[in-house]
Amino acid sequence: MGILSQPIGVIAEWLRNLLLGWGLSQGLTTVLLYLLGGAVVAILVQTWVIFLIWYERKLIGRIQDRLGPNRVGPYGLLQPFADFIKIMTKEVIVPSGADKPLYFWGPILMDAGVLMLWAVIPLMPMVGMDLNVAALYTIAVGGFATLGILLSGWSSNNKFALVSAIRTVAQMVSYEVPTVLALLIPVLLAGTMSLHGIVEAQHVWYIVFAPLAFVIYFLASVAENGRSPFDLMEAESEIVAGFHIEYSGMVFAIFYVADFLHAFTIGALAAVLFLGGWRGPGAESFPLLGFVYLWIKAFAVYFVGVWVRGTVPRVRVDQLMNFSWKFLTPVALILLVLTAVLDHFVFGLGAWARALSHLLMNVVVAVAVLRYLEHHEKVRASRRQMVAQPGQYPVARPPRPAVAENPTEAAS
Amino acid sequence: MTAMQIIFLLTAVVTLFSAFRVVTTPNMIHAALWLVTTLVGVAVLYVLLSASFLAVAQVVIYVGAIAILMMFVIMLTRREMRDHGPQIGKQWPWAAVLAVLFFGGVVWMVQSMSLAAAPAAEVPQTAIADLGKALVSPNGFVIPFEVASVLLLAALIGAVYVAWTRRHS
Repeated sequence: MGILSQPIGVIAEWLRNLLLGWGLSQGLTTVLLYLLGGAVVAILVQTWVIFLIWYERKLIGRIQDRLGPNRVGPYGLLQPFADFIKIMTKEVIVPSGADKPLYFWGPILMDAGVLMLWAVIPLMPMVGMDLNVAALYTIAVGGFATLGILLSGWSSNNKFALVSAIRTVAQMVSYEVPTVLALLIPVLLAGTMSLHGIVEAQHVWYIVFAPLAFVIYFLASVAENGRSPFDLMEAESEIVAGFHIEYSGMVFAIFYVADFLHAFTIGALAAVLFLGGWRGPGAESFPLLGFVYLWIKAFAVYFVGVWVRGTVPRVRVDQLMNFSWKFLTPVALILLVLTAVLDHFVFGLGAWARALSHLLMNVVVAVAVLRYLEHHEKVRASRRQMVAQPGQYPVARPPRPAVAENPTEAAS
Repeated sequence: MTAMQIIFLLTAVVTLFSAFRVVTTPNMIHAALWLVTTLVGVAVLYVLLSASFLAVAQVVIYVGAIAILMMFVIMLTRREMRDHGPQIGKQWPWAAVLAVLFFGGVVWMVQSMSLAAAPAAEVPQTAIADLGKALVSPNGFVIPFEVASVLLLAALIGAVYVAWTRRHS
């Protein structure tokens, strides 16, 4: 067992022997190692956010034909540190009438909901918790983030924060449905809920098997994160903020970190579920290479997320809800049923034949959905025309009063 | 005392304390949150018993759904979060008798089982697959499962019907 083939294993073994040498019991050593591992992962991914903030600001700047941060350090790389020092010096203001313990529990729960996801992500072969219900776990810990939002909105003693929190939670709960349904497709294809098992089963990446499921998972996750184009509850460029309107200083920074980390975590989860996780040439013999592959894949998905954020205009609230309930959820449901039925017949074939038949089914579903949307839009357009000419509408719909038809006439 | 026992005792203390706070705190939101803490404590106990699916399901259902629903209901319906009336109702002797009876029953049941002698069984890796198969196999629980599904579907349709607003009425 060399340091190259099992980097984390070697370090853990060394630490275990060290602790056992100090006279600690076997059980206590295991618990301490778990605690240490959790702390290391949590600290490393939160530190990684420093880079993400620079990267996203730079990329959004380029998309909007600006330079982005370029003053502090080479390429503005030290800008997040300057921002961090500034935000550290700011006062943490607790609004009067706020529920003080809950006011501080809100951001903590929200950050915890994202950090807990990293416990089950297989960073490289044989590293990371191999939980046999990991896929369900990723949904479960999202509940903590939702609870955190509700708490921070309510405890701020600000009615705008409360309204925003309730709307954000409604959005998150709505988009959880398509996320779960899309998540079920890799689970179904791999025959296991363990994320390690899903990665190991991907001799062919599941994005080839189920491109539609990948798209649905990605869109629903972005919406759950509340990022543009689904950021109408915060709308940072127009209104002040959403549920975190009353937060300042370091407490606000926790929300900020949680948001950026969530965006990257979506990338990591999508990479694990659909892009083969740590799979790549030579990853089995050199696990660190697997870590690099996973990071590159996660970054690619994150890049698309930022790209969408910088490109697509914000949706309206009715579009937001319709998109989830009337489009993503039905498509995901149909896809899930069809995948299950198809896989029953093609399960015995080779990996590529199985992948291609699934891909064909996905293409057929995609074409059918697009044709249906086209048809739907035509019907709606013709209906709109009919409404515009009162009296000719075939159904018993009363013609609108003249006032509503022509406001200028009514005014004169 | 092993590390597992220490974790168990800590979890048990937190769970019991938060359960106590659920009924003693006058603030509705706080009561709901203490309830969430209690239920998460129970989930941790499931983890300690290697019942990972049960633990995760507990968190999905109680933290992800029930707690959010309760908070929504409290926030949307109550203007005043604090209860000003007396904390103890008139029926408290009956409740106390029932609680003592229930506790005594549980203690008697646990003592009569003599679990301490039996070694802890290893949880099979295929536990979830077995659960899934049992839910849909005709010899297993397919009828209760289907009845529950139909009930949930009926509730879903009912909710849509109640929330439906007709455009022309």
